[in-house]
Amino acid sequence: MATANIEHAVEHDHVHEEEHHHGNFITTYIFSQDHKMIAKQYLISGILWAFLGGLLSIIFRLQLGFPEMDMSFLKPFLGGWISETGSLDPEFYLALVTMHGTIMVFFVLTAGLSGTFSNFLIPLQIGARDMASGFMNMLSYWFFFLASVIMLSSLFLETGPAAGGWVVYPPLSALPQAIQGSGMGMTLWLVAMVFFIASTLLGGINYITTIINLRTKGMSFARLPLTIWAFFLTAIIGLLSFPVLVAAALLLVFDRSFGTSFYLSEIFINGEALPNIGGSPILYQHLFWFLGHPEVYIVLLPALGITSEIIATNSRKPIFGYRAMIGSMLGITILSFVVWAHHMFVSGLNPFLGSIFMFLTLIIAVPSAVKVFNYLTTLWKGNIRFTTAMMFSIGLVSVFISGGLTGIFLGNSAIDIQLHDTYFVVAHFHLVMGSASFFGLMAGVYHWFPKMFGRMMDKGLGYVHFWLTFAGIYLVFFPMHYIGIAGFPRRYYSFTTFDPFGAFTDLNMFISIAAILTFFGQLVFAYNFFNSIFRGRLAPLNPWKSNTLEWTTPRNPGHGNWPGEIPTVYRWPYDYSKPGAPEDYIPQTVPFSETPESNLPYENESIGIEREGEKTEKMDEPHAK
Amino acid sequence: MTQFLIAVGVVLFLVILFTVLRILKLLNVARGTDKKYASTGNKVNAMLFMVFLVVMGGLMTWYSIAEFDKYDPAVASEHGVVTDRLFWITMAVTGFIFILTHILLFYFSYRYQYKETSKALFYPDNSKLEVIWTVIPAIVLAVLVFSGWKAWTDITAKAPDDSEIIEIMGYQFAWTVRYPGTDEQLGEYDYRLIDAQNIWGMDFTDKASFDDLTVSSGEFHVPKGKPVLLKIRARDVLHSVYIPEFRLKQDAVPGMPTRFWFTATKTTEEMREELGDPDFNYNVFCTEVCGRAHFSMRLRFVVDEPEDYEAWKAERKPWLQGNPDYLAKVPSDLKDLAMVSAGIEEQNKVEAEKIN
Repeated sequence: MATANIEHAVEHDHVHEEEHHHGNFITTYIFSQDHKMIAKQYLISGILWAFLGGLLSIIFRLQLGFPEMDMSFLKPFLGGWISETGSLDPEFYLALVTMHGTIMVFFVLTAGLSGTFSNFLIPLQIGARDMASGFMNMLSYWFFFLASVIMLSSLFLETGPAAGGWVVYPPLSALPQAIQGSGMGMTLWLVAMVFFIASTLLGGINYITTIINLRTKGMSFARLPLTIWAFFLTAIIGLLSFPVLVAAALLLVFDRSFGTSFYLSEIFINGEALPNIGGSPILYQHLFWFLGHPEVYIVLLPALGITSEIIATNSRKPIFGYRAMIGSMLGITILSFVVWAHHMFVSGLNPFLGSIFMFLTLIIAVPSAVKVFNYLTTLWKGNIRFTTAMMFSIGLVSVFISGGLTGIFLGNSAIDIQLHDTYFVVAHFHLVMGSASFFGLMAGVYHWFPKMFGRMMDKGLGYVHFWLTFAGIYLVFFPMHYIGIAGFPRRYYSFTTFDPFGAFTDLNMFISIAAILTFFGQLVFAYNFFNSIFRGRLAPLNPWKSNTLEWTTPRNPGHGNWPGEIPTVYRWPYDYSKPGAPEDYIPQTVPFSETPESNLPYENESIGIEREGEKTEKMDEPHAK
Repeated sequence: MTQFLIAVGVVLFLVILFTVLRILKLLNVARGTDKKYASTGNKVNAMLFMVFLVVMGGLMTWYSIAEFDKYDPAVASEHGVVTDRLFWITMAVTGFIFILTHILLFYFSYRYQYKETSKALFYPDNSKLEVIWTVIPAIVLAVLVFSGWKAWTDITAKAPDDSEIIEIMGYQFAWTVRYPGTDEQLGEYDYRLIDAQNIWGMDFTDKASFDDLTVSSGEFHVPKGKPVLLKIRARDVLHSVYIPEFRLKQDAVPGMPTRFWFTATKTTEEMREELGDPDFNYNVFCTEVCGRAHFSMRLRFVVDEPEDYEAWKAERKPWLQGNPDYLAKVPSDLKDLAMVSAGIEEQNKVEAEKIN
């Protein structure tokens, strides 16, 4: 009977765990150096931050969609930020917008996405016991946790958190007299970000070193799953670009607290002429966006890698154009460093620079297009199984196309004059970055949940979550394109003050309602995720019949991942539906000598090399395996 | 009462949803169909992708066409016509790709859904295809880039020599405008000279300042058909000058004056005709977050026929005339010139005659 078997398995596992887990809460969690535990810590943190960031957006969407609404019911939570008449304080509105952006871009989509999946998958998919430095890995989470505590605490300040937009341009962010949030709120933002960046760098160094040095036997770079390529390139981008944000932040700290004039010049504010002369706000913008642009690729590439893996597995087809996929990711990596000033076309920048950055920006569209075409061709003539992860991956391709195409408008400086700082930009980045990466995060969670927790998430709830979210995302962000074309500026507390902008009240209300419904739809995921950790059906060893190495570990891999030897890898991870093979997948650990019926001619030649390898092994290790 | 009923309704809906899903799952387990590789859910999801394509695609198409006049803003500048053309050409190209790729994405998902009897095609790569769909987008983008570059260099080129110069300054939370007066030269300014009255920090040791005139409230005027060079400044934080109908935008940076020149093609009257809206007005908006009242920072302006514009300008009094206490700032050897340039002497004469 099925039930009895399951009970037996649970008992068996329980006994096993008792034997090996001597630790207490402190040693098991706080001082864990196991990449899998650290990954889960990042994941849970990321999910919690995502709910908070989403909640903040609901509050300001209430203001935008229902400008006459009496928000006194929020007084228990927001206190003095709701006025006597029940309206939201305009400075707090800007603080909400700022924190929403900061939380989502950094804490959810960088830490929550890279932090989770790079940590979890790299050792498992390349065949390593753990990261190169478990200690640095542990530190990376500690710094992230510290940054989170500091950033969270800034929300509760009397003067409010940082409020200059997530980009926190000076002089607004340098002068507390310009806006309250630029007081202590901005100080805490800067401190939190420095710790956050330290965390990211510690993690990134680990990922790169581990991938280069700790791949198992046979795992050449050309046999790496695309997830690993994506995480590798993401870490490189991060390592090279995050320090520049530290520089920008450091100079801002100096301007705020030590009387320097890096960004400040000729300012008269609150009846006082400030002494600073010679600085330039444009300098900050260059430094910020030098990170800011690669940052969006740091957010995006892991999602693209995850999608490649999931689409291939669930179409039962190799990913189309493996080398082209790597090449395009490489192209995106390199180009991401030379396009930053497309955020600055109307900043007062020398127009000649505007021309250069326009050329480079439109080049970066090409590798992105190649990736989309490759995804489409992978689906073509596949045999598609719609797991929730697969659906989020298909959804990712859709929002990536939608958001990516609007980037072509914005990258063209002449067209950008009208569209810059309007809702067209808001629509663009929410689709191409917010939604695409968020879908990548969801797809990754649904796909690797069985490996992380040994249990399955509920299928039905997964489908409901996907369709609610997919429809919701489009209903929220697609209308913003129209509002942007009509010319509405961003970061506006209210649209009804001026006639031309008052025309879209209905559409704004529609967007707000859709946003609220989509947010509540995420509760389906939260219930499914947390409930399944404890009460999900026990997972089979390889629920998705995937080829990659992580599925060769036990259901709940312990420290060191494989109880015995680390498996050797003989082939690339995309041998799905190979003609001649008995099953529609051949794991990476299956030697060519065992699959003569499906080997391609050049693969037959490898059999000789395999035999050589085995002989050498036997000579190196006199003890029997 | 209604809110309570809505809450009950939502809770009931959720309970039903969860119960149905749970029952379906238990049925699957009992029947053993949960061991199947792809269940009926697979077929439903495949179908839903097609439904999504049709419904969403339909909604987007309908709204794009039906509400076109609402979101397509009127254009009233020479360069604006050029950037609009670029916009719509890009829209045509990207729109086509958007529709095509989405049809393929959702159709493939539906068409190639799992079938026990099917086998996927082992098709790992095709270099020729990769080259084709790298080169074609590259060419399309190159064309778009080149036309954008042409427009951009024209727009950002030096303003024509005969441009009307107008200075616009942003500060928390308003715009204010300064004209150079009859000498056609804006006076020097220094931020350390700013005070509650002299909000521009006009330097009255520079004789070009004497006849400068300013507008801080109500509306300023701009001529139609003549190039206008906007000299843009900010005195506290970043602001940004934005005139939607002109397709004009440029940040106002404290410590670094910026500029944008344009030629207006429609007077306020003409726009009112075109839009059928007698209450229409041109406005300068702020479009770089600058603090609390960022959203309400605007200054109305009027586009006049050139003769009307000159007439309007002639009526305005230089700032110094309205603020004669600042004569004290004028160096003694320039005081007479200041009195004349600012029309103070004239004014005094007029006053004297009135008394007499």
